[in-house]
Amino acid sequence: MFDLKDLYQEVIVDHNRSPRNFGELDPPRKALEGFNPLCGDRLTLYLNLDGEQISDIKFSGSGCAISIASASLMTDGVKGKSLQEAETVFADFHELLTGADAEIDLTRMGKLAVLAGVRDYPSRVKCATLCWHTLHALMTGYDAPVSTE
Amino acid sequence: MISPQVIAEDIGTVADFPVATYRQDFPILGQTVRGNPLVYLDNAATAQKPHQVIEALDEYYRTYNSNIHRGVHTLSEVATDAYENARRKIQHFINAETLKEIIFVRGTTEAINLVAQSYGRSKLRAGDEIIVSVMEHHSNIVPWQLLCEQTGAVLKVIPINDAGELVMDEYKNLLGDKTRIVAISHISNALGTINPIAEITALAHEVNAVVIIDGAQAAPHTRLDVAALDCDFYAFSGHKLFGPTGIGVLYGKQALLEDMPPYHGGGDMIKMVTFEKTLYNDLPYKFEAGTPYIAGVIGLGAAVDYLTDVGVDSIRDYEHELLQYATRAASTVPGLRLIGTAAEKASILSFVVDGIHPHDLGTILDHDGIAIRTGHHCAMPVMERYGIPATARASFAFYNTTEEVDKLIAGIDKAINIFK
Repeated sequence: MFDLKDLYQEVIVDHNRSPRNFGELDPPRKALEGFNPLCGDRLTLYLNLDGEQISDIKFSGSGCAISIASASLMTDGVKGKSLQEAETVFADFHELLTGADAEIDLTRMGKLAVLAGVRDYPSRVKCATLCWHTLHALMTGYDAPVSTE
Repeated sequence: MISPQVIAEDIGTVADFPVATYRQDFPILGQTVRGNPLVYLDNAATAQKPHQVIEALDEYYRTYNSNIHRGVHTLSEVATDAYENARRKIQHFINAETLKEIIFVRGTTEAINLVAQSYGRSKLRAGDEIIVSVMEHHSNIVPWQLLCEQTGAVLKVIPINDAGELVMDEYKNLLGDKTRIVAISHISNALGTINPIAEITALAHEVNAVVIIDGAQAAPHTRLDVAALDCDFYAFSGHKLFGPTGIGVLYGKQALLEDMPPYHGGGDMIKMVTFEKTLYNDLPYKFEAGTPYIAGVIGLGAAVDYLTDVGVDSIRDYEHELLQYATRAASTVPGLRLIGTAAEKASILSFVVDGIHPHDLGTILDHDGIAIRTGHHCAMPVMERYGIPATARASFAFYNTTEEVDKLIAGIDKAINIFK
């Protein structure tokens, strides 16, 4: 039996209420919008790079608690990391939420581990990964808005 | 938290409707979801099926599965009779004049597309006008946008007021010499508003426009009477009417249908085919190309029989009281705002709660076995009108109870506690 508290942990509720890195970079080196047409979640990521390193990252938009908390935690987690390191975290995070038999070392995930409960709610995985898909597209040079559909 | 007992005393007549008995007819309602009894409040998306419908499908496939209208063998004759008998049931159910006016389609969406492409494309020219409203489902917007692209016709939109009612004066202003089609929902899926269809139709007819009604939400909640409404076309889906998915009905006035070109070509819609000339079949078969969803039609006939037995007026009265109960209960929840408060309203409760996104609310309620819909309900212009991305929507059928409403309210309270 899944416990609702595993999904809506204190950390998630807190990041939803007071999202970190919320706002715009002016001017950003890169910016991209991501949206989930099924539920209307919509966020924009702003990114500044120092060589290959993410020197600053912010987001704006609206969505459910899972999508806002995930974007807040993601921006906290990847700031200061290299693009390559951020891609590795994304791969781990994606595996954590969607892998059939994920054996991810949760300690390596840091605070992102609080979103592990989302894997028990398949319809909500897109909420948690929207920001990551947008970041991935931004880092790999896409300039069209990202959709989870 | 409200006190359910206090409100229950005010709703004396709810008890007169034998809801517990009817619930026994729906096998799915007896199950648990995530360890809790299922509370199914997503009836506007699709309704559950009574065993009478399930058994009608089962019986067809087990005992007389066969193609219709062409076999000389016994099974084909039995299947054809059952199929055409279902058409007769539906004719009576919606009070259509003849069987020729009942066309089986896949659902409301296909019915509207049929009218747009067959009637609209053959009749409309550049500059002609089509009127819809802000509260339409995407299925009553996009087919008309496609038609506008194809013909150069122009889409006009009736606004709604804050309660979610059509602004009829604006509608009257939009009507004119160029109006060719008025396409309006009978009941809004996102707001629950019941629109004044007879009045809308009469006004459209004054300027010789045809009227098509999206009845997807109305069919399960009101008595359908196309003669009284005097609309030119009426579309509805079987699955919202406790019947199978994938089957629906287009009603059209015979004179209009006679004059319209076929929508799909194929078998069953022809009298004779040569490479020089093809003669189309008579109504309604002209619009039923290919082997139809035979079991679905028979199942829809069974659903109509079932609803007739329960009584559509009793259903309407019971649901009205259930909606009143739910509305009063919801109004006691701090931070809850109803979206759609029309004076004439069907059993749809659309709402937002301060500080809680509808999707989180939907997940928290699901955890207690309560199924609601969250999102834009395929009515994004409605969301834009209210300046919100989404709503939570509880939609009731006649098998729902005041106890289930209480569980919904308790679930919303729980969500508020998680996010406070």
